[in-house]
Amino acid sequence: MSLYTASSQTVGPYVAIGFKPMEIRDIAPLGVAGERISVSGRVFDGDHKPITDGVVETWQADGEGRYHSTEGAAGANGSSAANRFRGFGRILTDGKDGSFRFTTIKPGRVASPAGGKQAPHIVVTVFMRGLLKHLQTRLYFPDDPANAQDLVLSQVPESRRGTLIARREADGGASYLWDIVVQGQDETVFFDY
Amino acid sequence: MSDFVAYRRPYYQTQPPYLYPGYRSTVKRSPSQPLVLAPQTISETTGPMFGYGIVKEGDADLTAQHAGDPLGERIVVSGRVLDENSRPVAHALVEMWQANASGRYNHAIDDHDAPLDPNFTGYGRALTDAQGHYRFVTVKPGAYPWRNHYNAWRPAHLHFSLFGIGLLQRLVTQMYFPGDPLLPYDPMYNSVPDDMARQRMVSTFDWERTIPDIALAYRFNIVLRGPDETPTDTRRS
Repeated sequence: MSLYTASSQTVGPYVAIGFKPMEIRDIAPLGVAGERISVSGRVFDGDHKPITDGVVETWQADGEGRYHSTEGAAGANGSSAANRFRGFGRILTDGKDGSFRFTTIKPGRVASPAGGKQAPHIVVTVFMRGLLKHLQTRLYFPDDPANAQDLVLSQVPESRRGTLIARREADGGASYLWDIVVQGQDETVFFDY
Repeated sequence: MSDFVAYRRPYYQTQPPYLYPGYRSTVKRSPSQPLVLAPQTISETTGPMFGYGIVKEGDADLTAQHAGDPLGERIVVSGRVLDENSRPVAHALVEMWQANASGRYNHAIDDHDAPLDPNFTGYGRALTDAQGHYRFVTVKPGAYPWRNHYNAWRPAHLHFSLFGIGLLQRLVTQMYFPGDPLLPYDPMYNSVPDDMARQRMVSTFDWERTIPDIALAYRFNIVLRGPDETPTDTRRS
């Protein structure tokens, strides 16, 4: 090692100037194969007040469990829908109620460093005024038997695992609900890698 | 373990804490529970790639986005994006946003009594080249008051957002200007415990890259987390 990682600083209250131009709420354009889902929720602070100036970024594999880390770059030239799947979303929370919503496909299972595969999940990064370093968490899906063996989920105290698992909306369809609580009761688990 | 690359953790005291009461907004927006230490997996060592489909010619010149020229002191801000191993981070997306020369943001919630500039939006983006170089042309932002404490002023700064190769390299930071008398009073700048790390957020005056009769220049190199050199080393610090 010869250099030191730069220090993080907050995005501040005017983050929309920097992040709105590349907001991506529809992560899987029509034609991308996979089970189509939507996720919506709200972001809350320590007083359970909605965070109306936050940003949620998402990163996920495609339906087959492949990350498009390099393939995604080809999307600019490629014409097929699969090429247009980058797997990245960026959603600014609503200025009134702190809500966010995105549509995508359910990610497939990716390799686990312990061998085998991880449970389907979406990596979520959170930015906001008052947050000097972004927070990273994961969204898992309810009733997935793979959750029980997931390497990352197993690091989380059992009493807090529920904060990482989305709820299926009452219609029983492909809509999920998942809130992010930055501080306080039902505080979301955030990871340090 | 297959083709698994571990990223080193940032060096001691180079990153700000979540709770820093001097910056008031952190009090209700910092986790109260310790973060859960988790193994790095392919979900964190990969990350989105952005190509020229997103970044277009001219996106990095914030002085040329409107019919007229923005007011203020024109500057070139350039540098390299490297990882901790001094390797360039190529084709990285760099997004930048800022206040105008009067210290006013082009944003509905900014009510600072300073003029907006119809010729300045304050947003630009660039991709680093194969050697990690990026370059913006813009105007020097003004300092502005904020309500954190009595007579609080933010030093002039640019906001930078970077995507590296993997999500673990994601970084949002701010670039400051050399010799700014407001730095010692700024809670955000001072939230970083290590003195040298704080100073690395301050750009340097860059005589070599000034444009005669047109623009002054500042240099700002940005270092992202880097993979461990020895692939067999699985230590965690």
